[in-house]
Amino acid sequence: MDYTSMKAKASREWNFLENLPQPLIQIGMGTCGKAAGAVAVLDAVKRTLKKIHYLGRVMEVGCIGPCYLEPLMAVRKPGRPFIYYGNLTPEKTEEILSRYILEDDPSPRLAACTLGDGSIEGIPKFNELPMIRPQVRIALRNCGLIDPENIDHYIARGGYSGLQRALKLPPEEVIREIKASGLRGRGGAGFPTGLKWEFAAKTLSKTKYIICNADEGDPGAFMDRSLLEGDPHAVLEGLLIGAYAIGSAEGYIYIRAEYPLAIQRIETALERMKTYGLLEKNILGSRFQFQVHIKQGAGAFVCGEETALMASIQGARGMPRSRPPFPAQSGLWEKPTNINNVETFSNVSAILEKGADWYAGFGTEKSRGTKTFSLAGKVQRTGLIEVPMGIKLGEIIEGIGGGGPKGKKLKAVQTGGPSGGCIPMSHRDLPVDYESLAAAGSIMGSGGMVVLDEDTCIPDIARYFLTFTQSESCGKCLPCRLGTKQMLDILEDICEGRGQSEDLELLEALCKTIQKGSLCGLGQTAPNPVLSTLRYFRSEYDAHVRDRKCPAGVCKPLFHYKVDKEKCNGCGVCVRKCQAQAIIGEKKEPHQILQNKCVKCGECYQACKFQAITIH
Amino acid sequence: MEASRFQSLTKEDSFEIQQLFMQIRESFQGRPEELIPVLQKAQKNLGYLPENVLLEIARFTKLSAAAVFGVATFFEQFRFHPIGKHTIRVCRGTACHVRGSHKILDEIETRLHLTPGETSDDRLFTLETVACFGSCALAPVVLVDDSVKGRMNPSETLKTLENIRKENVEP
Repeated sequence: MDYTSMKAKASREWNFLENLPQPLIQIGMGTCGKAAGAVAVLDAVKRTLKKIHYLGRVMEVGCIGPCYLEPLMAVRKPGRPFIYYGNLTPEKTEEILSRYILEDDPSPRLAACTLGDGSIEGIPKFNELPMIRPQVRIALRNCGLIDPENIDHYIARGGYSGLQRALKLPPEEVIREIKASGLRGRGGAGFPTGLKWEFAAKTLSKTKYIICNADEGDPGAFMDRSLLEGDPHAVLEGLLIGAYAIGSAEGYIYIRAEYPLAIQRIETALERMKTYGLLEKNILGSRFQFQVHIKQGAGAFVCGEETALMASIQGARGMPRSRPPFPAQSGLWEKPTNINNVETFSNVSAILEKGADWYAGFGTEKSRGTKTFSLAGKVQRTGLIEVPMGIKLGEIIEGIGGGGPKGKKLKAVQTGGPSGGCIPMSHRDLPVDYESLAAAGSIMGSGGMVVLDEDTCIPDIARYFLTFTQSESCGKCLPCRLGTKQMLDILEDICEGRGQSEDLELLEALCKTIQKGSLCGLGQTAPNPVLSTLRYFRSEYDAHVRDRKCPAGVCKPLFHYKVDKEKCNGCGVCVRKCQAQAIIGEKKEPHQILQNKCVKCGECYQACKFQAITIH
Repeated sequence: MEASRFQSLTKEDSFEIQQLFMQIRESFQGRPEELIPVLQKAQKNLGYLPENVLLEIARFTKLSAAAVFGVATFFEQFRFHPIGKHTIRVCRGTACHVRGSHKILDEIETRLHLTPGETSDDRLFTLETVACFGSCALAPVVLVDDSVKGRMNPSETLKTLENIRKENVEP
């Protein structure tokens, strides 16, 4: 099918949907939506429509971003904007839906926002929400708005026009366009994408490979999953453009087996592409040909590293090798290979569609465009966000995220996962770009952003990350294999109350050796969580080592809970919550914790409404 | 290699194994790069990778047994023991950790007397941890078989396990 007729068909379908004479109901059915109960909500919608004998179209969409509102439903009546309702239960869904459809009462009190032309009294607009206003959605342009399994929705919204344009240009021109856009790798290291393509394009070889790295291994990151679930074609179009630019006819998508829905979405997308002539031979009527294989990762963090990833595609243990030769010269089966991340490819398709100048208009001089982040941890509004580079850290945490939980002081922001660091909240004016984050001792990483509050213990977080990197170390090079083990031992000592004053210097020295001596990025960056926290939160380490105290009340041997007799009114909530039967006391009299029975699970601390349980 | 690390199958399971290799021969050619997908397929059918199946896979892919065992033990996904009727997976991602997933894990460990990777004596539960599910916005997350449960806490998790136990006692 040629592009013009493809676009005409898609537009017809999209226009029909836009002007649907019946209500259109969208449910966010990404993994996060399902975890929050979207399946039950979807059933409730179908049941309700049947019950009230009303025709309505139900559409499953991906994640639109505000995950804290999941499960989410959007309802649109003809000629009106969508109304989004969040935190739904099946009962609430039925009530809202029948009231809006039958009685025309949109229940503004229960609605989160409206989206689309027009407005409804008492409901704010999507783009004016504090969480959405600072955002610019490029990579996520279609997420949550289209049916990810319907290729026509993607095409109608401009999809595959970038590929159409690229195929009319010589490959060098495509590379020049990407270079001019200033796009840098979104997988974490930030290498300029255009330059990377140029290396692979310049290596002469009949066979070349292109790989989409969807092995999102950073604990705390879910941008790539959401993107693949919500808009798989945006990524696949970018992959095709990249393949054309470097001269490759075969590609791989390396994706975690833990993401079954994303895998299914890619499989469906590839099927549709075949029927539309967007795969195999004569793509869009040109001489460009391309085929894609899906490879499921088997769970190894180190496979995010390019050479380890390629080893694993070849069926071997996922262990990195030293570079050079770089993959652009000799990669998969010793052929020139180019690897980019999911989000990078989604940006590529947008750049070819709208032009390098448009893209370069966002962000800072050295970090162009936007970056997606998965905002999670101790923050009010968790979710998937996309912001222009250079936005201030505080604007993300306080503006978009709405700050910490009620009454809690925020301590730090962890970016970059196990390879990144903790930035204290006092750095709220720090611009979020590659260079500034690195100067602050962290990294951009793939986009995990976990907020820590006063109840988070910093040495415990460092130990947490080292537990992870130590178990994920592939064991090939000594500094990483034994060094991370040694670091973890020291951190365990500190958290268990066995830390010695000289441990901190030893830890710092070890960090520097591991950074310098490790073979791949995993080892080289493994010390970052420790170094950054030693830099900003030394006093917390000192409290553990010198005073044998855990101020946050996390490291069990270093604190105990006590009842504040002044504040306790003897309501008995803590007694009921305590599984260890460690709390005693008469009704309406101050209670007491039996220290020999207390297992420090913290249930009483969480449950007490009067802050009468304190940490000592 | 510890004696208990790998386990062989009994006679009753041989039908399943024959079926598995029939399917494997249908969709794979036996090239070395197919090793990981073949292991994944075997585990999907059998729930784990028995020693004799690993050896058969080595013959099929024309790799040494050492190479196959090397790859299988390298990746987190592969198991070498049969799993229980229900698998409880506690997410240990950063967001989940910060929101108290270690407390959920502690609670299950003490109540079920299991450490991650183990199966209860009655074969009802297998406890596992996962690095991250990518459902961080709903942390802490627990997976009970295939259903993801967000915003969990220790008591809610125990209640879920208790309910499963009850369902399995009553006919």
